[in-house]
Parts: sequence; structure tokens; C-alpha cells
Amino acid sequence: MGGEVKIATSPSKAVIRKPTSFYLRTVWAIVWKDLAAELRSRELLTSMLVFALLVILIFNFALELDPRARFNAASGVLWVTFAFAGTLGLNRSMAMEKDRGCLDGLLLAPVDRSAIFFGKALSNLFFMLIVEAIVLPIYSLLYNINLFNPGLIAVVLLGSIGYVAVGTLLASMAVQTRTRDVLLPILLFPIVIPLFIAAVKASAGFLQSLEMSEIWPWLNLLIVYDLIFLAVAFMVFDYVVEE
Amino acid sequence: MEAKPKLLSILDGVSVVMLLIATGMVFFYAPVEAVMGLVQKVFYFHVAAGWVGMLSFLTAAIVGIILLRTGDRKWDIVGLASVELGLVFSFINVVTGSIWARPIWNTWWTWDPRLTTATIMILIYAAYLMLRSGIEDPDRRARFGAIYAILGFLSVPLTFFSARLFRGIHPVVIGSNQPGAEGQFDMTPLMLQTFFFSLITFTVIFVDLLWHRVRLGRLQDRVEQLKLKLNV
Repeated sequence: MGGEVKIATSPSKAVIRKPTSFYLRTVWAIVWKDLAAELRSRELLTSMLVFALLVILIFNFALELDPRARFNAASGVLWVTFAFAGTLGLNRSMAMEKDRGCLDGLLLAPVDRSAIFFGKALSNLFFMLIVEAIVLPIYSLLYNINLFNPGLIAVVLLGSIGYVAVGTLLASMAVQTRTRDVLLPILLFPIVIPLFIAAVKASAGFLQSLEMSEIWPWLNLLIVYDLIFLAVAFMVFDYVVEE
Repeated sequence: MEAKPKLLSILDGVSVVMLLIATGMVFFYAPVEAVMGLVQKVFYFHVAAGWVGMLSFLTAAIVGIILLRTGDRKWDIVGLASVELGLVFSFINVVTGSIWARPIWNTWWTWDPRLTTATIMILIYAAYLMLRSGIEDPDRRARFGAIYAILGFLSVPLTFFSARLFRGIHPVVIGSNQPGAEGQFDMTPLMLQTFFFSLITFTVIFVDLLWHRVRLGRLQDRVEQLKLKLNV
């Protein structure tokens, strides 16, 4: 769909449709802004990463596991780590927008507000995937488990998409409240529980190389969750940023 | 101040009378269950409270959608009222369930899908109240509350499905027989009548309490506005 399409039903009601490429460019501009800011400050990724490694370290002492039990608990430990590190990143990413009125600046731009949502969600997803891409090999190394499994990587991707979709929406709500720093996990965790259950079970299924017929129900649940919450977040984001 | 509507007074009376009759039916009309004995009687109010809990969270989600569409803040009072009532009834549901589970399952608590879902549901709506308490601007509070009520209600069935993929032991009294359930029983006609009467009674009580809570919310709003007028 290139160029501007004019639908002229009557001269007074001429509607100018902005083409899809404009929408995508807006999304990309926001992602680019976040990545550039992160590339210069590196405060978000480093804190997420160090925090994730600390969580894994604490789990090592908290669950003094024999190798067999450690193998069974791996997917649970991984997802708890991702969830905690993810909350940290989401909070920071939205707080950055709220400080010094950056969000107001974004809202003043003559663009569709859902593009702002998708831009923020994409950059959050990007940060989360980077952290996961670093944590997974380190975890494999420390605990001598092979985590390089295409199925597991697909689960990580699906789980992160759903988590970030809900997380970005709730984080943009949480930063506008008085108790912004503590509120996000309290709002987010009860709502992403189905996602976690499915992600943990599907990851465990792939790690223990179960039959695909046993893993599919969980994958389906992940996909359904992602679709539902992406759609709802897209629909209600306007009301979150409305003044 | 608006006078208490006559219909509300009538509804008050009806709720009290129905609750008395329902209690009477549970103890004297419905027969004692053969295997579980007296403790089974908790079932009537247990299911009724659970039903009302779900009903009020559904109300909150629907009211949330209406609020976002119309932008009218009077719906926020209804939404908050239903969430508060839903929390109370869900809590009754969980406590009565525990009382029953102790002798029948030999434990107060187990991580069965229904129990897990009920707990997470209570946590979601507790988070809803915390979210509201952190926002001063009433319009924003209404919008955020509505969004969270919708999100929460969407995630509850997903939580239930995901927890159900682990096999549960909670009996399914209404509908199909589920293998592996502990404490299953079939209802005799007298039990069925008592059960449905309890359901209707609790629904009437819910409507009555909701009405009272909405009136209270409106008065709260009035008081706030008057205070603002006096201070400035």
C-alpha cells in the first residue's frame, strides 16, 4: 500500500488514510529511539543482566539440588529468572518515558497511539530477548544442561511476546500511580500466571524430550494467550495514556 | 441526600427472609449425604458463594467495557462495588471449601485447578484495589480500574485451563462425572432444590448488597465534592 490513498465520498468528507508504511515507520522510530538511548547509557540491559545472574546464583543456594532434581527444575528456575529480570526492565523502560515528560512529548506527535504501544513493546521484547540470549548459554554452562533446543527457543520467544505485551501495558499504567516502583509485579504476576504455567511446562517438555503431542496443548495455550493479550492491549492502550 | 428507595427496602427484607429459608432448607430439608455426612451441607453455600464471586467479577469486567466506551464515571462506582463484593464472596467460597476439604481430602488446601484459580483470582482483584489506591485523579482511577478488571477477567479462564491440564481432584457435582475426583456425590431431588434455592438466594443478596454499595459510593462522591467546595 504505497502512497496516500484518498477516499472521497463527498468533497467535505474526504478522508486521508495514512498508509501502513507510515504506521510501521512510527513503530520503528520508537524502537530505534529506545535502542539508541540504551546503546549510550547501557543502564537497562546491564541491570537486567546482572539481576538475572544473581537470581540464578540465589536459586543455586536456595535449592541445593542433586543433578537429577536440578534438571527437572531447570525450566522453572529459568522462567522465574526471566520474569524477575523482565519486570525490572519494563519498570525502567516506562519510568524513563515518564521522567522529564518524555511520554507527553511522544503523545503530542501526530501518530496513532497504538503505534507508541507497539514501539515500546517491541523494544522491551528486544531487551528481554537479549537478556535471555545471554542467560541461556550461561545457565547451560553453569549447570551442565544443554539448553540449545529449537523447541525451547520457540517457547522462550512465545513466552516473552505475551509477557511483554501485558507488561508494557501494565507498566505504562503503573508509572502513572503513586506507588509506581512496587506496583508493577503485583499487577503483572497474577495476570501472567497462565502464561508462566504453559511456558514452564512446554520448556520442561522440550528439555525432557517428551512427545510433541504432550507439548502441543501448552504451546497452543501460549499462542492463544499471546493473541488475546496483544489484541486487548492494542485496544485499551489509548485509555491508558489519555489525559 | 436521596431517600432510600422503597424497592431497596423490600429487597433487604426479601434477602433476609430468603437467607433464613435457605439456611433452614440446608439443615432440615436436604437429606444428610450418606458417605460424607453433615460436612457435605457446606456445599450449598460454598457453590453459591463461588457463583456470586464469578458473577461480580463478570459484572466488573462488563461495567469496565461500558465505562471505557461511554467515559461516564458513574459506572466506576458499580465496578468498584462489584469487585469488593466479589472478593468477599470468593473468600467465603475458599473458607467454606477448606472446611469441607479437611475431613474429605484430609487437608485444608491442595493445588487443584479450581483452588489455584480461586486464589489467583483473589490476588488479581486485591491488586485491582491496590492499583486504585495509588491514583488520585478520579478519571484516571476509573479508566485504569476498568482496564485492569477486563484484563483480570480475561486471564481467569486461561489460568483455569492451564491449571486443569494438571489433573485435578476437585469433584464436579454439576455436569459430567470426572474420574479421579475425590468426594463425588449425586444429588437427590431434595438436595437439588436446596442447591438451586441457595444459588438464587445468594444472587438476590448480591444484587441487594451491590445496590447498597453503589449508593454508598455515590454519597462518598458527594461528600468529596462538598469538602472541595468548603476548603477552596
